[in-house]
Amino acid sequence: MKIAVCLKQVPDTEAEIKWDIPSGTLKRDGMDSITNPFDEFALEEALLTRENYDGEIVAISMGPEKAADVLRNALALTVNSVQQISDPAFAGSDTYATAYVLAQALKKIGDVDVVFTGKQSTDGNTGVVSAELAAILGWSQLTYVAKVRSIDAAGKKIVVERAIEGGNEVVEAKLPAVVSVIKGINEPRLPNLMGIRKAAKVEIPKWNAGDLGVDTSKVGAAGSCTKVVEIAVPPPRGAGEILKGEIEDIANTLTDKLIDLKVIK
Amino acid sequence: MANDVWVYIEHKDGAVTPMSFELLGIGKTLADGLGSGVCAFVVGEKADDIAKEAFAYGASKVFAVEGAEYKGFRADAYSKAATSLLDKYKPAVALFRATSQGTDVAAASAALLGFGLCTDTIGLAVDGGKMKMTRAAFGGNYTVSVVNEKAVPQIATVRPKAFAMPEKDASKSGEVVKEAFSVAEADLNTKVLEFIQSATAVNLVEADIIVAGGRGVGNPEGFQLIKELADLLGGAVGASRAAVDSGWIAYEHQVGQTGKTVKPKIYIACGVSGAIQHLAGMRTSDCIVAINKDPDAPIFKAATFGIVGDYKQVLPKLIEKFKGKLGR
Ligand SMILES: Cc1cc2nc3c(=O)[nH]c(=O)nc-3n(C[C@H](O)[C@H](O)[C@H](O)COP(=O)(O)OP(=O)(O)OC[C@H]3O[C@@H](n4cnc5c(N)ncnc54)[C@H](O)[C@@H]3O)c2cc1C
Ligand SMILES: Cc1cc2nc3c(=O)[nH]c(=O)nc-3n(C[C@H](O)[C@H](O)[C@H](O)COP(=O)(O)OP(=O)(O)OC[C@H]3O[C@@H](n4cnc5c(N)ncnc54)[C@H](O)[C@@H]3O)c2cc1C
Repeated sequence: MKIAVCLKQVPDTEAEIKWDIPSGTLKRDGMDSITNPFDEFALEEALLTRENYDGEIVAISMGPEKAADVLRNALALTVNSVQQISDPAFAGSDTYATAYVLAQALKKIGDVDVVFTGKQSTDGNTGVVSAELAAILGWSQLTYVAKVRSIDAAGKKIVVERAIEGGNEVVEAKLPAVVSVIKGINEPRLPNLMGIRKAAKVEIPKWNAGDLGVDTSKVGAAGSCTKVVEIAVPPPRGAGEILKGEIEDIANTLTDKLIDLKVIK
Repeated sequence: MANDVWVYIEHKDGAVTPMSFELLGIGKTLADGLGSGVCAFVVGEKADDIAKEAFAYGASKVFAVEGAEYKGFRADAYSKAATSLLDKYKPAVALFRATSQGTDVAAASAALLGFGLCTDTIGLAVDGGKMKMTRAAFGGNYTVSVVNEKAVPQIATVRPKAFAMPEKDASKSGEVVKEAFSVAEADLNTKVLEFIQSATAVNLVEADIIVAGGRGVGNPEGFQLIKELADLLGGAVGASRAAVDSGWIAYEHQVGQTGKTVKPKIYIACGVSGAIQHLAGMRTSDCIVAINKDPDAPIFKAATFGIVGDYKQVLPKLIEKFKGKLGR
């Protein structure tokens, strides 16, 4: 089985965000970065799938030079190969452009049975790249997956549970499939020292727009139709009121105030 | 009309709730700004009953694709059908709820049309004939405004409850336009085998009232008290990641950056410190009540009403008072 996993590098949640205000994009170079937390679940699911069914894993990441770090981390966790996708022309891509480039890479890799992605990134936060990727490729679109029940590469079939409103939907789908996973699907493992040492020495292979046959008029800030035009810090919530006094009185006041909102039916 | 605003009506096997129609309200406001009309569009086995309600909630026209293959929701079937409508009529704007179904169809339709989209929108306005969409990024630390310059339609998913429900007027009616579009079963990728109803049936995103517990709740038994208050108020139970990671409550209850984003009318946070990643999921709630024994807990900065105290003492009192005042 050929398993692909999409990993995005994102600013560390603790890091100070640096914006390139005129272009509405992030200055990714000046920030501490990590693997998108949701993608750790995607990577772990790829590793578990290989353990359960055999196969090889290729990890891909689209991003600037330093996004190679997330791929090095994946190598330390023993993925079979990695592929960085990097070109100045890709900077500022919207979700469609990102999904289009990732789709080109998956086609070039060839014979992929299943692609794991995270549910969403913690920076752009849109949570739609996975579904767009599936739609572009015409592959099964399996989002919010909480459990992979079975994968039958020979029979070209996968059965998953999707955690949607009110419960889990059990879906059988054809392979190839793009599967976006939620937190809780597994417990991501940590790389060991030997893995880290080995990965440190590997040259990370890169593909650019030309290698992938990407139509550059469709990608990057210029080619994307979605543009971030304004960045603001949300207004602080109005100063709250601390209710003081005896617990009896506080409870009285609060229940009155909440009942007055006419929300409780 | 090419300048129309379209609202996708989601349903489950033909069943709708009033919330299915909520975006017709903001859709109408946007259409007024664009000098056009608000229309609903539906993909399903049968659309007539849904259309009737859509008119009552303000749609001037309903576009529908019907067929046996659309009986239950399937992302590929629904997106292909939705795309056929959007591509033919080219409305200016298409709005979807930011639910699992709405997001699936919006994302795939945008991709099939070759455009990006704006997701989990909390602000929508017409600016110079174009739609400006506002959404949270970086766990709510920033809001960004996005335009979708070349896209036809401009697609947005909208956070449930971000905009007011439209008024219902059952006397209204309108024209239903049915388009023939079918997908052969053999061309579809997925088949739903079964639906496993969650034992607790949490639907945090739709809940008007959420009572949430954090690490300060201390143990799984503490969540019984949280649940008691939630049940009394007809609300749902939320949780911080710390509570989920401690194994006191299932992940489906988690609110925050790596959990659910919610916007209830009342959010009562008990023993939650108010970490930025938790606030990311609930800071746009209308009224936030914080109960925490640490007066310096950051949650108080986001709270409408704060109570400094032990939730084990505060909650039973609140429950007692509510029971008395609500006659329950
Ligand atoms: C603040 C901000 C707001 C934005 N708003 C929008 C918007 O409203 N609409 C829009 O179209 N674009 C928007 N963008 C651009 C968008 O973030 C980028 O297109 C980004 O490349 C992909 O979107 P995402 O990070 O939201 O991914 P998500 O859809 O949240 O990611 C889902 C999964 O896809 C995979 N994935 C995503 N990106 C990559 C990658 N580069 N390499 C490998 N795997 C990947 C990962 O597995 C990830 O878990 C915004 C960007 C920023 C910084
Ligand atoms: C990438 C990333 C993603 C994350 N995603 C999320 C997310 O989605 N959701 C989320 O919630 N967190 C998330 N977190 C974790 C977040 O940073 C916090 O660690 C978490 O929210 C803390 O949970 P808490 O408030 O319950 O616990 P704590 O911070 O430990 O706070 C417990 C609070 O309870 C109070 N308390 C104790 N006893 C009592 C009592 N008897 N009565 C009243 N108050 C009491 C204490 O004063 C304290 O303020 C994320 C973190 C990272 C790095």
